[in-house]
Amino acid sequence: MLALEHVSYRYAGAPRPSLHEIDVALADGEVLGVVGASGAGKTTLCLVASGLAPRTVGGSLSGRLLLDAGDVAGWPIHRLAGTVAIAFANPATQLSGVTGTVYEEVAFGPMNLGLPRDEIIERCASALEQLAIADLADRHPARLSGGQQQLVALAGMLAMRPRHLVLDEPTAQLDPAGTALVAAALSRLVAGGASILLTEHKTDLLARLCSRVAVLDGGRVAFEGPAVVVLSDPRLAELGVTPPAADRLRQAASEADLAAATLQRVDEALAG
Amino acid sequence: MTDLRLEGLTYRYPAGSVMALREVDLAIGSGQRVAIIGQNGSGKSTLVRHLNGLLRPTSGRVRHDGEDVAHRTVAQLARSVGLVFQDPERQIFSGSVAAEVEFGPRNLGLRGAALQDAVSEALARVGLEAARRTNPYDLGQSGRKLLTLASVLAMRTPVLVLDEPTTGQDRRGTEIVRRVVATASAEGRTVIAISHDMEFVASTFDRVVVLGEGRVVLDGTPAEVFAEGAWEMLRATNLEPPLPALIGARLGVGATPTIEALVGALRA
Repeated sequence: MLALEHVSYRYAGAPRPSLHEIDVALADGEVLGVVGASGAGKTTLCLVASGLAPRTVGGSLSGRLLLDAGDVAGWPIHRLAGTVAIAFANPATQLSGVTGTVYEEVAFGPMNLGLPRDEIIERCASALEQLAIADLADRHPARLSGGQQQLVALAGMLAMRPRHLVLDEPTAQLDPAGTALVAAALSRLVAGGASILLTEHKTDLLARLCSRVAVLDGGRVAFEGPAVVVLSDPRLAELGVTPPAADRLRQAASEADLAAATLQRVDEALAG
Repeated sequence: MTDLRLEGLTYRYPAGSVMALREVDLAIGSGQRVAIIGQNGSGKSTLVRHLNGLLRPTSGRVRHDGEDVAHRTVAQLARSVGLVFQDPERQIFSGSVAAEVEFGPRNLGLRGAALQDAVSEALARVGLEAARRTNPYDLGQSGRKLLTLASVLAMRTPVLVLDEPTTGQDRRGTEIVRRVVATASAEGRTVIAISHDMEFVASTFDRVVVLGEGRVVLDGTPAEVFAEGAWEMLRATNLEPPLPALIGARLGVGATPTIEALVGALRA
C-alpha cells in the first residue's frame, strides 16, 4: 500500500506550493498512472511519493506519506529505500557514476543494503535478464546509449526488490521492445503485490499497464478514475495530455463523416 | 545550403570492442526532413555526432557539400550543423535562459541588435519568451529540452539535428517541436531527428532512415518504411509500425502511417 494523505509540498525558496492537497491511495498490486502537462507536478509527486522530498530534496511538506500503513516520517533512510524505489526520468541522474561496469552498477544498491554475496549475484542476474541487458554487463555505464542507460538504471532498481515503486517516465528513451520489457517486469512486480505509481506521457503504455489514472493540473488532482474512463475523457487534451493513439484514431474517424459500417469496422480493427 | 554525405562510415568506440557504425552510406540533401529510427544502441546518436565532428570516423568519410571534413574543427562545423543533445543536462551551463541562448550566436560573432533578434526569435519559436530571466534549472525537464532546442536554433545553422526532441514533452511541447521542424524546413534548412515516437516520425518527416546494429536497414518515405512489406524488417530491429499503419492494413486500405492518412483512405 502506498498512499498520500492530504499532501501539499513547496520547494525550498519557491513562492508557492507545487502540490496542493493530494489524496491518492494505491492498494497492493495496483498501478496508478499519473498524467498532466509539463509543470503540472508529476515529477514533484514522484519525489514526494518516494519519500525523497522533503527528506533529501528539502522544502516543506504537509500531509503524510504512508507505506504499508506506516507513516514514513520517522523512518531511517535505509528502511525507506528498501520499501519504495524511485526511477528518475533521466537515467544520468539515476546512475551512481562510481561504477566501472553495468554489472557493478546493478549490484550497487543491493551491496549498499549489505546483502550476502550470493543473493546480490542472483538479484543482478535476474534484473539483467528481465530487461534483456545481460550482454551489456561488462560495458561502462557512461558509454552506453541513452536507452541502454535507462534500462541499466531500471535494472538497478529491480535488483533492490523494492516493495513499492515510483517511476517518472521510465520508458522515455526506450524503443518499443525495451518498453515492452519494462512493462513485463512491472507486471511481474504487480503480481507480487507491489504498488506502482507511474508518470508517463505515453498514454498508450498507461492504457496497457494501469488500473487507474490520475490527471494532474497545477499541482492538484483534476480528476481520477479507472484507466479506460480517464484516458478517453475529452478533458484530457485540454489539460495538455495526448490521449492514447486508439482514442485519437476513433475520435478522428467519428469526426470524418464516415459511413456507420466503416466506423464499426474501425472499432473492430482497434479491438482486434 | 549543406549537402551531407556519409561514405563507408565505420565507428568503433575507443575503449571497447563495440562496432557502433558499420560502413554506413547515406546522403542527405539540402532541405530534407529526415527521421532516424532504430532500436536502443543501434548507432543513431553515434551517427549524428559525426555530422558536426564530435566524433570522427574510424574509417570512411563525412562530406559537407562534397568536401571531406576530417580536418575541419568542431567549431567550424558548428556553423553548418547545429546539434541538440538528447539529454539537456549535457548542454546547459548558463545562469539564465537568455544567456544560454545567446552563447551560440555570440560565438558566431553576432552582437547587438542582430544577437538580440536571433535570441528572441529562437525563444519565441519554442514558447520561452516569457522565461528569459529564468534559471534553466527552474524550468523542469521539458522546458530545459526546449531551451536547448532554442539555443541551437539561435545559431541559424543550415542543418538542424535533434536527438529525441519529443522525449518528456507533453502535448503542447510535442506540437512546438513539430512546428519548429516545419518552420526550419520551410526556411530551406535540413532537419534530421532521432526519435522513438513513430507517430511523430510519420507525421513530421518525409524520409525515414532505419538503423539496425550500426547499418542502414531501411530508407524511404514514411509510407514505404511503415508499409506491410517492411514490418518484418522493422520488427527484426525491435521497432513497431505506428498504430494507424496496423489498423489501415487490418482494414485493407494499406499501411497508412498517420491518423490523417488512414481517415483519408477510409473516406475515399
